[in-house]
Amino acid sequence: MRHIISLLMENEAGALSRVSGLFSARGYNIESLTVAPTEDTTMSRMTIVTSGSDEVIEQINKQLNKLIEVVAVMDLSEGEHLERELMLVKVRATSAVREEMKRMIDTFGGRIIDTSDETLIMELTDTSKKLEGFLQSIDGSLILETVRTGASGIGRGSRVLKL
Amino acid sequence: MELTGAEITIRCLQEEGVEYVFGYPGGAVLHIYDALFNQNHVKHILVRHEQAAIHAADGYARSTDKVGVALVTSGPGVTNAVTGIATAYMDSIPMVIISGQVPTYAIGEDAFQEVDTVGITRPCVKHNFLVKDVKEIAGTIKKAFYLAKSGRPGPVLVDIPKDISNQNADFVYPSSVSIRSYHPAQHGDMAQIKQAVQILLAAKRPMVYAGGGVILSAASKQLTELVHLLGFPCTNTLMGLGGYPATDKQFVGMLGMHGTYEANMGMQYCDVLLAVGARFDDRVVGNVEHFNQEERKIIHIDIDPSSISKRVKVDIPIVGDVAHVLDDLLGELRAINKKPDPQLIAPWWAQINEWRSKNSLVYKNSDKIIKPQFVIEQLYKVTHGDAFVTSDVGQHQMWAAQYYKFDKPRRWINSGGLGTMGFGLPAAMGVQLAHPNRHVACVTGEGSIQMCIQELSTCKQFKLPIKIIMLNNRYLGMVRQWQQFFHGNRYAESYMDALPDFVKLAEAYGHIGMRIEKPSDVEPALREAFGQNKQLVFMDFITDQTENVFPMVQGGKGLSEVILSEDL
Repeated sequence: MRHIISLLMENEAGALSRVSGLFSARGYNIESLTVAPTEDTTMSRMTIVTSGSDEVIEQINKQLNKLIEVVAVMDLSEGEHLERELMLVKVRATSAVREEMKRMIDTFGGRIIDTSDETLIMELTDTSKKLEGFLQSIDGSLILETVRTGASGIGRGSRVLKL
Repeated sequence: MELTGAEITIRCLQEEGVEYVFGYPGGAVLHIYDALFNQNHVKHILVRHEQAAIHAADGYARSTDKVGVALVTSGPGVTNAVTGIATAYMDSIPMVIISGQVPTYAIGEDAFQEVDTVGITRPCVKHNFLVKDVKEIAGTIKKAFYLAKSGRPGPVLVDIPKDISNQNADFVYPSSVSIRSYHPAQHGDMAQIKQAVQILLAAKRPMVYAGGGVILSAASKQLTELVHLLGFPCTNTLMGLGGYPATDKQFVGMLGMHGTYEANMGMQYCDVLLAVGARFDDRVVGNVEHFNQEERKIIHIDIDPSSISKRVKVDIPIVGDVAHVLDDLLGELRAINKKPDPQLIAPWWAQINEWRSKNSLVYKNSDKIIKPQFVIEQLYKVTHGDAFVTSDVGQHQMWAAQYYKFDKPRRWINSGGLGTMGFGLPAAMGVQLAHPNRHVACVTGEGSIQMCIQELSTCKQFKLPIKIIMLNNRYLGMVRQWQQFFHGNRYAESYMDALPDFVKLAEAYGHIGMRIEKPSDVEPALREAFGQNKQLVFMDFITDQTENVFPMVQGGKGLSEVILSEDL
């Protein structure tokens, strides 16, 4: 099952490689991983999207907690949460398809952020699933590049991951 | 007063009460060696290879309950140390390794003797640090010792670039340390403990299974008291030997791949299993699915939550320091003033005694050829069961574990998790330094000993009267045994041809060498060797070439699918 795990860790050189090294050493799957400093610059917040059986997810949580630089871990998928991912897509856009592209990105709630004679760059922020839906909805042969950040997640309401 | 980074490093070791540093100098640690040279508190033991420095610090730590300390240079110094560090990590041994690094300005430039030490050691340390500011040396070393010793212990590495060790800073050793992201458990959850007690009291076929955690948390006394109070059978893992007295009548021997029949059958068919500081590893429970075929309630005490329900699903997890949790368990039993009903478990004891009567460790002795088991039995006799015994890895290790009955913790020193050949002799050096007036025996094979044999030179320099008990069967015995059983007797590369004359070799290093070829000479030779209080004696026992270790649970098989000795 897909899980989205959030963690707070010391904002120190090498902390990221401890997490990624743990996943590769123990054979855990990483679908995506994002990390950036928080409002407290001594700490970083990481969101990991992974999948595995309940036993594997339990081990992932425990092993992450065991890393000295990890301050707190929360499996967001255990409760109400939101997730968002940013995607940039560059398509080959002759005048014939420009209108169609504009209509599609509007439908998905994204926007066009750059144009050139032959290309368009679109920006879309949504759940990972929605982003995939968008890519499937447009003519794949027109796609020149896609860039995705991986999901960031946050708990709803009183579910707060804080020191 | 301002000190150099190197002086600060050594002052920190003094503050931690470090007696010995095991190490090897090199370019990147020269300032630190200079600081060592200018003081007398911390003694340095010069090894002949960095792997041995780590194993020696490891042996020192295992035999004392103190943190082992090693000092190595950058690059090859560190890569040579990695095997030792991984060995300590797998067995949760408290250790601090200080490594030199190329100067900060050269890091990343493929400088001479540069290696990404923090990167290369990351998967085999509890934590590691690269110190980039001389003002942070003291705080980092303080943290390193705290991390190494607290919670589930383990090796911690501090990498110090050469320019940092030569810069100046005020020296203040922090009196306390706190790490906001690190809060190891101490006491177990009382509700869980109470529940565990109720389950233990109702058990009909109970078993206590205790591992290295008992030794690491110095909980042998509590474990013994609890097992006596409960009246249950108790088994130890390879790492747990000595955690419960082996000569006690409730002890059923070691369990696992080469465990006794009664321990493994008891483990398989018990209805309540109390696991104490043990981690259900593959050499202990074999095939997990097979193990899970039997219904049983499992109570698991461990300081590391990630050890719980990792391989085997547990009913009552208790996260905490083993000694504390056992104290609380005993306290609860006393508070409710109850004990298990001996009548309730009498049929189970009858069953265990029936398994015991198979006498699964029996072997056919010979008056013509030396049986390796016989050597260990004689070693036990001659040393009155009170020696510190280190071992390497292979058949000799299993025989030592099976036939030397350890009654006390910290007497059995072996590489259980990583299974590192070459561990025995350098580990024995650390043990002997920690216990200068005790008998230290290194049980080894002619394969293993050659992996760190250069340390005979260290033993000479520091006058370490270790007794090397080498069981020489001219084979990599455990490999040969597996090839016999599972690879159709095709002994691929398991024969050791062109062995040195070990007697002459020992003499060349300035020690006493003995070759023992007749069973009747075994005991007198051991007596003679252990009478040499000042000298290392290297004993080359020419043993039966094709003796196998029994019982044996083949990898991937269940605990009750055991191969017993053909001598039975």
